[in-house]
Amino acid sequence: MHGQCGLFFRTYAGEAQLFPSRFQKIALALFFAALCLAPWAMNKYLVSILCLINISVIGAVSLNLLTGSCGQISLGHGAFFGVGAYTAAYLANLGLPFVLALPGAGLVTALTGMVFGLPSLRLKGIYLAIATLAAQLILEYVFLHWDAVTGGSGGMALDAPSIAGFAFDTDLKMFYLTLGVAVLCVLAVSNVMRTRLGRAFVAIRDYHLSAEIVGVDLFAYKLRAFGLSSFLAGVGGALWASYTMYITPEQFGIGLSVSYLAMIIIGGLGSVIGGVFGAVFITILPECLNFLAQHAGAAFTDLSGALLAMKEGVFGLVLVLFLIFEPEGLANRWRLVKAYWKLYPFAH
Amino acid sequence: MEYYLQLLVSGLVIGSIYSLVALGFVIIYKATKVVNFAQGELVMVGAYICFSLTVQAKLPFLAAFFLTLAFSFILGIAIERLILRPMIGEPIISVIMVTIGLSSVLKSLVQLFWGTQIQVFPPVLPQEPVMIAGLPVAPVYLAAFALSIILFLIFSAFFKYSRLGIAMRATAFDQQAAASMGIGIKNIFALSWCIAAMVSSIGGIILGNINGINAQLGHLGLKVFPAVILGGLDSLLGAALGGLVIGVLENVCDGAAKEFLGLGGFKDVAAFIFLVLILMIKPYGLFGAREIERV
Repeated sequence: MHGQCGLFFRTYAGEAQLFPSRFQKIALALFFAALCLAPWAMNKYLVSILCLINISVIGAVSLNLLTGSCGQISLGHGAFFGVGAYTAAYLANLGLPFVLALPGAGLVTALTGMVFGLPSLRLKGIYLAIATLAAQLILEYVFLHWDAVTGGSGGMALDAPSIAGFAFDTDLKMFYLTLGVAVLCVLAVSNVMRTRLGRAFVAIRDYHLSAEIVGVDLFAYKLRAFGLSSFLAGVGGALWASYTMYITPEQFGIGLSVSYLAMIIIGGLGSVIGGVFGAVFITILPECLNFLAQHAGAAFTDLSGALLAMKEGVFGLVLVLFLIFEPEGLANRWRLVKAYWKLYPFAH
Repeated sequence: MEYYLQLLVSGLVIGSIYSLVALGFVIIYKATKVVNFAQGELVMVGAYICFSLTVQAKLPFLAAFFLTLAFSFILGIAIERLILRPMIGEPIISVIMVTIGLSSVLKSLVQLFWGTQIQVFPPVLPQEPVMIAGLPVAPVYLAAFALSIILFLIFSAFFKYSRLGIAMRATAFDQQAAASMGIGIKNIFALSWCIAAMVSSIGGIILGNINGINAQLGHLGLKVFPAVILGGLDSLLGAALGGLVIGVLENVCDGAAKEFLGLGGFKDVAAFIFLVLILMIKPYGLFGAREIERV
């Protein structure tokens, strides 16, 4: 626990609190108040980035539960996200209300995730990574060729979601919807990590044999990790579908899986706040590059084209540099910065 | 019937290129236990370098071929020194991600220098097809097949008889024991990346001569996974056979799916469905070393 000076606990429950100090609660409340008010001062473009961040947070936090906390590497998270999106779109087009389509998408994705999690009984590490890579490519193929349900390469359209007659048809309204769901997901995962389930996940990640010896049923818990993580990914995908209102198979390619993995690695493996940091970072990065390309374009015309062409390369480079120089991720850096200011001006 | 024979032949050719790429993959995995997701991009870079030297610098093909090998050698050293060495001791997911990051860097560098259009190599071999068992086969196909067999034999001999090859196997088996016997582990790591880059670039050059090259060539790297999983991640023979089997399998399945089910593009997914089946039945492949765990 990285509480501040003078904070100590008399009970286990006290230590296991999500927000142990009053300072943290006030700071978080202020942060959320600011976040809720911020879109009113922003233009449409910035609000749309905020929506994308909210959706990415759901994906990143859910993958972090599976890969960071339970140690099951998944290269298929983008496709699971896609399953959620397609299910939500299909259900919405059947006329199901959004409040039912959202968890419905989560459930279908959870089932899909558990099916592809079945090999995890026998496979570990790199073998599991390759099995989930196969899941990714097989699901992509299904999106592209199951025309009757997914609309094939033409994609499928759906209406803006509405709850009890209130339509979320602008970026601003979508921002509050996605923020609400993202906060719920983050809280849910934080809470899972405090329970028996979460501790079992961490035990499996740290060493599967010891986990089994202390009574963790490996297969059952791994499947739960796949199911839970895919459920949240499906919810994220459903939000994505209702936000873009038009989905095509290439949105859920292997690139999406890789960027979710990048988010949790850059943010910090196994840390909930790390998933959030990573999602913010990776979502903002391409926008920053766009901005840079536009403004560099005014001064040097050659540079802007090169910068745009290099977008993917810059993404890869950032990933490589992070892994080499900041392997613990942004969450760890955040901890160090907090520790620094707590002790300021006394180092250690 | 002739349709399927034709599919079989072209499957063997593309499979022999998979084998080459898989060979590079297995060499890296054998020596360093690193899974290289950038193998396909190494193929692409090799192909483009050779293309540049033959078409843009107008060198004779053989000179370009050997210069490409030299370039790949240096590229291999650079990748190992700059990117992989700091990752020693990091968790497996970090090592996977660093090679994925590397693959997107290489890909966008290629796009930056050469654009995204398909580029075609000038023909090196005669275009007239040779008749084999009543089937017309292009000489470049035969050359591809022969070259990959020759390379496989060379590497098998290298690992079996040369001091360096034996040192590489020793490193793969037990790094600490190898180091204490005076083997320079770091050099072995660098060497395995060099060899992998070189065989991949040969694969790229062959492919360029068959289909032309574009920036999508890196996708080939994904096809390596079914091949090496079938053969076993750490077996050279497995890589060679696995590549051939996957090449034939995906071509024949694609043809059959088109003819009987009317499904297009089945090629891309057939190998992966097969991959899941292999993983379920025989996770360490046909020739792979089984990891034994005891409590």
